[in-house]
Amino acid sequence: MQPGALSKALKSGAIWGFIVLELIFFSVAGEFLSLSDKAFMDFENMLLLLKQSAPIGIIAMGMTLVMVNGNIDLSVGATFAIAAIILLDSMTWPIFAGLGDWVIPVAWLLALMAGTLLGALNGLIVWKTGVDAFIVTLGSMLGFRGIVFMFNGENPTSHLNWTLVDFAEAEFLGLATASWFLLAVTLAVWFLMARTVHGRNAYAIGDNREAAVNAGIRVGPHMMINFAIIGFLAALSAVIFYSESGSVNPNDGQLYELWVITAVVLGGTKITGGAGNVIGTFGGVIAIQLLRKGLGHIGADTSTVNLVIGLILIAVLFLDRQLNVKGKEELKV
Amino acid sequence: MSVTQENAGDLREGIMATPTKQQIGTVLARQGILIAFAVFMIAFTLANPKFLSVDNVFSVVRSSAILGVMALGVTFVVISGNLDLSVGSMMSFSTIVVLDLHDKIGPALAIPAMFAMTLCLGAFIGFLVGYLRLNSLIVTLGMLSAIHGLTLTYSGGQNMDIADKEGTWFSVFGQGTALGIPVPILIFAVLAALLGVVLAKTAFGRKVYAVGGNGTAATFSGIRRARTVFNCYMISAACVATAGLIQASRSLGSQNTVGQGLELEVLAAVILGGASLLGGSGTIFKTVIGVLILGFIQNGLLLLGLQFYVQFVVTWVIIILAVWLDIAAKRGKLWSPIA
Amino acid sequence: MTDPVLRLQDIVKTFPGVRALDGVSFSVMPGEVHALMGENGAGKSTLMKVLGGIYQPDGGDIYMGDWKVVMSGPLEAKAKGIVFIHQELSLAEELSVAENIYLGELPRKSFGRVDWGKLADKTNAILEKLNVGFDARTRVGDLSIANQQMVEIARALTVDAKAVIFDEPTASLTDAEKSVLFDVIADLKKDGVGIVYISHRMEEIFKITDRISILRDGQYQGTLATVETNEEAVTQLMIGRKLDLSRNASHHKLGDVALEVRGLSCGKLYRDVSFEVRRGEVVGFYGLVGAGRTEIAETLFGLRGPSAGQILLDGEEVSIASPAEAIARGISLVPEDRKGQGLILGMNCRDNMTLPQVDDLKAGPFVAEGAEVAIFDKYRDQLDIRTPNWKSRVGNLSGGNQQKIVIGKWLSMHPKVLIVDEPTRGIDVGSKSEIHKLLRELASQGYAVMVISSEMPEVLHVSDRIVAMYSGCIMRTFTSEEVTEDNLIQAISGLGGDRAA
Repeated sequence: MQPGALSKALKSGAIWGFIVLELIFFSVAGEFLSLSDKAFMDFENMLLLLKQSAPIGIIAMGMTLVMVNGNIDLSVGATFAIAAIILLDSMTWPIFAGLGDWVIPVAWLLALMAGTLLGALNGLIVWKTGVDAFIVTLGSMLGFRGIVFMFNGENPTSHLNWTLVDFAEAEFLGLATASWFLLAVTLAVWFLMARTVHGRNAYAIGDNREAAVNAGIRVGPHMMINFAIIGFLAALSAVIFYSESGSVNPNDGQLYELWVITAVVLGGTKITGGAGNVIGTFGGVIAIQLLRKGLGHIGADTSTVNLVIGLILIAVLFLDRQLNVKGKEELKV
Repeated sequence: MSVTQENAGDLREGIMATPTKQQIGTVLARQGILIAFAVFMIAFTLANPKFLSVDNVFSVVRSSAILGVMALGVTFVVISGNLDLSVGSMMSFSTIVVLDLHDKIGPALAIPAMFAMTLCLGAFIGFLVGYLRLNSLIVTLGMLSAIHGLTLTYSGGQNMDIADKEGTWFSVFGQGTALGIPVPILIFAVLAALLGVVLAKTAFGRKVYAVGGNGTAATFSGIRRARTVFNCYMISAACVATAGLIQASRSLGSQNTVGQGLELEVLAAVILGGASLLGGSGTIFKTVIGVLILGFIQNGLLLLGLQFYVQFVVTWVIIILAVWLDIAAKRGKLWSPIA
Repeated sequence: MTDPVLRLQDIVKTFPGVRALDGVSFSVMPGEVHALMGENGAGKSTLMKVLGGIYQPDGGDIYMGDWKVVMSGPLEAKAKGIVFIHQELSLAEELSVAENIYLGELPRKSFGRVDWGKLADKTNAILEKLNVGFDARTRVGDLSIANQQMVEIARALTVDAKAVIFDEPTASLTDAEKSVLFDVIADLKKDGVGIVYISHRMEEIFKITDRISILRDGQYQGTLATVETNEEAVTQLMIGRKLDLSRNASHHKLGDVALEVRGLSCGKLYRDVSFEVRRGEVVGFYGLVGAGRTEIAETLFGLRGPSAGQILLDGEEVSIASPAEAIARGISLVPEDRKGQGLILGMNCRDNMTLPQVDDLKAGPFVAEGAEVAIFDKYRDQLDIRTPNWKSRVGNLSGGNQQKIVIGKWLSMHPKVLIVDEPTRGIDVGSKSEIHKLLRELASQGYAVMVISSEMPEVLHVSDRIVAMYSGCIMRTFTSEEVTEDNLIQAISGLGGDRAA
């Protein structure tokens, strides 16, 4: 076995091992602690879990792409909220009054375009100004949130369109609409990253930016496209979720960036870029949702979920480091 | 500072150059944040003469004091080359704890107890980032969540209120005045002066810059890098505890989420002041300027009758412009060379 | 006579206040290896950046064949058949060999997909030509440094190269790897490619090049046919004076043993190492990159825990767990990577120099800045550091002055043992000889000095004794009377090894 092969095997399998561990733990603990008679590993329950993973999961796929590219996007929660408001608000606009149910695709399109444009705007600023993506998206996280409030102040925006709700609540082959979207997005982003020239170039840029530049890869457009994609996916996530719920608060989507980044890091994507994939991220998303659900199942409240997820994120980082320590002969710097 | 750097560059080539247009532009861009601040203040004062009145200035600084005190600590962390995204939820924790203990063991014991607990959290983060060398962004992101959970567990999710709000001297930190100056402003000013001197004049401050500038080289110079980073997080935690104290004392009651989102505003103020996220640069003075800019923008826009969320958008534009101009001055070109 | 593949004519490039290139002309014939030499700062890299289209010249022309060309950027240079092989590897470690070789021009199928089949075929064809032991799908991060360099070279073979520019290509290669590289260069030569070879290593230059062009202070000094010239002539053109590299053993009496190492080992890095360094003595450590020399220094400086053995200072056994402890016991290390390990480039000269003793220079609770300035002034004068004042950022100084700041930093600690790792790496010839002189002076003042170097002339020049290392072991320790170039090379290439041809 090559040196590091063990650590690599452990790492690539770690998230799935963790998921299995969670399943076992919550099933066993649930027998003793749960208030309901239903088993945790119930099939229905797992399907529901997939559906509930969708909002975070869809954005996490975009975040994987952006982080592999060597950037980060802190504004996804605010983009999510903007798209949601545009979706619901636009359906009540007088100019669309004559459209009937045809307003739905129009509203979807508007929301998705808004997300894509905001993402592209982030990308354009990162590209043209050279300011670090962390700072740019930290700023737009505030700015986009300000725009959200401009629609309806601090009031919620609501609009229920029953056709839309039916679509969102529909099931096909036993899977909910949201689950299908999550799977489709995962597959699409996997294809993009693993099989296309754009995806491979994104890895190269995140791995060794100077080398990519020397090889004539145009770093700026690639980054901008990836930001546009994550903006699109944040909007898509919102569009799917709010089609069903029909009401959005201006504070919705807050801290989503945190959940998304946690899922991506749990899934093994390197914080500095160049390594990671959406399959791992998918595992990370499922692991987090399992944890939330499982802790709920055994009667723990939200506070415990926050505590446990925070500590697990740190523990993963710690384990990753320990697996790479070479011993006391290593240079201590 | 900027002038000496330019000259040094020229002397290296053996030639003293008279300042060119470009260099003047560079100086302008480097001091851009101060200039923009001045222009902004003048414009708002013209629009509304009340803007620069003593009352208004006091009210701005007082309302910025909590953010400001936290920003002082985060400045140390950022200069050492790390991030601290946990200060917001840590501040909620301090506030809730001190309010709870106030009624249980009395303010005189509650305050040190709260400081001790907050410093324990700081020590934990400092240990993880300093000694175990874990990525500070992820660690403090995790701690943001974990401390929030801890606070909720502590309070049982309930709001925390002091029973006897009239009869406690505890309110002095948030509501009192001394020498005609509101106490929060005094605390902010004294802490800023103290930490400013620590950073600029002491051996510890020098080590913070060294560790942030090039941690490996600092280690090769015999500096105990882990300990330095650890101490930065301890300072940050102490500042957070102070901010929590002011917050608790001002409101005498609090929600569990009182500090939520503050970590990003704090970071915005520090960045606005010109500290680089890469570490090794920034000063306490600049951070104070950054805090005041944010405070005055918020206040100015409110005085103009604009909604609070307009400041979000304005802050967005200002942060990006400030950082952009700063790096544009350093590279001597407005647009980035990214292809 | 054939036309040159590449010709630069009277190139001028000025930066504010500096004439970096002043009418430089330079040409490469097909099938020629043409060395470009000059001190650091002589303009070599500026010239190459003009050639690569990163800088636009202010005057002069570039010709390829009969055509005058304008290089708009790296992409255009590549399209025209000019390929650069950089000194620092520029590879994406997580990607495969094939993806790295065709970085920026992966073959496409429909929907922007990568054509993996075509990519593998093309890559394997090139790898076969290079005769390497890895295949297209290997992850680059799993390759040795030398093999990674081969990937860089493979890149050059993907285009129809007319000219290939090698920038210090052998910096991290072993002898065996070097000979593979030279074979590749010979092949390119046979195919009529023009090669520009930038290097400081005279040995290599005289072994493989046909002509040598020399730059000094941005000015073209002339072109010599390699067979008709010698090292001294080239050096003289480079610096305008002679570099003294004569043997230089101490004439003063040596003092007591300051540092003794007995049976020291550190995992696989080095084994059972024993030596001693006396006061007033310079002990040179010579060997190939990776022989374990730097790692010994790092152990002595508390940066690597030893797995066995003893370290004795003034006859007393000590354990050193951190640089801070090493410094307290009187050991100082001038590290090999000046910018990464030696200096904080964004800090000013004074603060860099006093960093190790910033805790001791106290005025009440504060740092005694006056004392710091005094220390800086003292070593600036003593070491002749050229900087306007202490406020200059170290990053703005030249390599030689930077190195003197690092040396000054450690001299100001008055160490018992001064370890200097690659004292003159990447600095110009003029500063080199100053630093050599300085090391000798330090010994005569009673310092115990360890010098680690990969340059044989340097080791021979400054050392009283030379420790030859091979693959983590000390092969032999020479006195300056015993040592010859031949027996030293034999010792560092392994027991009984013949001199590498």
